[in-house]
Amino acid sequence: MNLMLLFISAAIVNNFVLTRFLGICPFIGVSRKLESAVSMGLAVTFVLSLSSAVSYMVYTFFLVPLNMEYLHIIAFIVIIATLVQAVEMFLKKSSPTLYSAMGVYLPLITTNCAIIGAVLINMNEGFNFLESVVHATGAGLGFLLAIVIFAGLRERIERCDVPQAFRGFPIALVAAGLMSIAFLGFAGLI
Amino acid sequence: MYIKQYLKRGIISENPIFVQAIALCPALAVSGTVFNGLGMGLATAFVLLLTNVLISALRGVIPVKARIPCFVVIIAGAVTAVNMLVEAYIPVLHANLGIFLPLIAVNCIILARGESFAFKNGIFRSAMDAIGMGLGFTIALVMLSAVRELFGFGTLFDGTSFMVAMPETFPQTLLFILPPGAFITLGIMMAALRHMASKRKAKTEEVAS
Repeated sequence: MNLMLLFISAAIVNNFVLTRFLGICPFIGVSRKLESAVSMGLAVTFVLSLSSAVSYMVYTFFLVPLNMEYLHIIAFIVIIATLVQAVEMFLKKSSPTLYSAMGVYLPLITTNCAIIGAVLINMNEGFNFLESVVHATGAGLGFLLAIVIFAGLRERIERCDVPQAFRGFPIALVAAGLMSIAFLGFAGLI
Repeated sequence: MYIKQYLKRGIISENPIFVQAIALCPALAVSGTVFNGLGMGLATAFVLLLTNVLISALRGVIPVKARIPCFVVIIAGAVTAVNMLVEAYIPVLHANLGIFLPLIAVNCIILARGESFAFKNGIFRSAMDAIGMGLGFTIALVMLSAVRELFGFGTLFDGTSFMVAMPETFPQTLLFILPPGAFITLGIMMAALRHMASKRKAKTEEVAS
């Protein structure tokens, strides 16, 4: 039950993009087309679940016993970068179709603050292994949901007559703000 | 001298937030009050200065093919140091910024300046570039957070000794403090600045012709 609540909270109520402001760069940068938004969302969800599991183990069984918690930022960044690289190589060999759908977005994920943000939240909240993975997966699916809705919105905006000064980023930000208001409606859910 | 040119580029013509639209996560997340915005801006600027100087100094040693992992480790090291310094000397700011202080490590500005500038230029120029970009980021954050704090809480510089409070009758709009307010305020400010820039450009072209 608690895990379910944690999942919904990470995915919808505390949506990573719209209420925690994590992962804004890919959210705005890769949401021009629906297909690329779906690929990016899936790639982020996958890497998020994987890196939170690995980071939890490295933090608990390696950094804490050695009293090196203060190195957690460096450790997490290196873990995420390595994982992204490994996933990319694995996909290239095993599933070329998935690689061509997700491939170009994978390297971008290394500097996606949603990934390391989720890992840091897991650490700060003291989640156990299962909670960390559930929280990260929920966060990833929340990101997928937000970026897919947003890509749909932007495809509509493209065809509208937007004032010159608002074209591109400014109107996208205002649209994201309106979407964020909609997500505020979930605030009382939990 | 170059100094003026670097400052102008970082603050106006290539402002990281308003023009390049990178590093939006921290800009949106911690711009609720000017105190937080200024703290975040200066912390990022300091990290940028450290990493640009280090990358520039080590550019002869770092192999070109493995440069990105090297940059990432240098940046993460600098962020760890700044994180510990802020925690020790300004604990309030450390608590307010939360995970966004360690997240400076994945701030796109830092890696972008290292890759596109510091790796190809001397130490002095890299430092100037970092100061220009860092100040541009800080100024953008202060502008954004001033608007949000003023209309949201009816105060300015809350948390510092320069605090200014508006009269009781000043309307306080909760929306500016909530997450949507951050998106909408930044979007409108970006559009306004862009409009001003295009007007100025049209004017100079008129004079030239």
